[in-house]
Amino acid sequence: MKVSILQFPGTNCEFDTQYAFEKLGCDTEIVWHKTESFPSDTDLLVVAGGFSYGDYLRSGAIAKFSPIMKAVVGYAKSGGKVLGICNGFQVLTEARLLPGALKRNEGLHFISKHHHLRVENSDNIFLKKLNKGDIVNIPIAHHDGNYYINKEGLKELETNSQILLRYTDKDGKIENPNGSVESIAGVCNKEKNVFGLMPHPERAMEAVLGSADGIAMLKGFLES
Amino acid sequence: MKAIVNVFLKAGVLDSQGKAVHHALDSLHFDRVKDVRVGKQIVLQLDENNKEKAMAYVTKMCEELLANTVIEDYTIELV
Repeated sequence: MKVSILQFPGTNCEFDTQYAFEKLGCDTEIVWHKTESFPSDTDLLVVAGGFSYGDYLRSGAIAKFSPIMKAVVGYAKSGGKVLGICNGFQVLTEARLLPGALKRNEGLHFISKHHHLRVENSDNIFLKKLNKGDIVNIPIAHHDGNYYINKEGLKELETNSQILLRYTDKDGKIENPNGSVESIAGVCNKEKNVFGLMPHPERAMEAVLGSADGIAMLKGFLES
Repeated sequence: MKAIVNVFLKAGVLDSQGKAVHHALDSLHFDRVKDVRVGKQIVLQLDENNKEKAMAYVTKMCEELLANTVIEDYTIELV
């Protein structure tokens, strides 16, 4: 399986992401944003986390116009699997590949800590190794992670099982760190081939470093 | 011609920064403040003297880049 990982100026999670997928046995390639295409045998395209373009104007707002993004949009629209983590999630919402937007955290602070998440839907290629209601412990590290979507949009997310994860405590009770609508931590598109989440599963690959719950999450992409 | 673009979160979208500033003003005893919104201003020097064309041009910029219309509204002033 081939995983291509996008790199913009300011991206800083591309090597963690590469480590995570190589640990799972995948071939990986880091793709610089100035190129106009990525390997044609790509099975999964990851928009990695970081601070593309220094978060200037809005997080992800300038990255969406990078040369590589035309190919990303084309790939996503033709059913290719795309995963955006943290800043990658912001880029995908800015590019309108995912619904909603990410605002400044409600408490205005940058938050960097482990947080529990509850799996809301697992009938998709990303979370299929987990069950609805499972709790995972995954690091979050963001300033603009406050997910916003209007009422109609939220209804649509619920109807189509597009909500992937919610922030909770270790027992699965809602605990909202950043003010996100309905404590939402990750969503997918209606077609269920584009996924975005603020937490970092690629940073939860080794029990000795705090959690290995990211393995079960990323593994979902391997068999499909 | 100069264009002044103001971008604010839409009414109904919680403005955490505005709220924090409001609290700070309260604690400084500015007690006649009813609401605070924090936004950003983008000033553009344009090589364009036709008002209509300039407005259409800047509107396109706002829709494509300067504002995220999922959460933000914008106003354009030409001077």
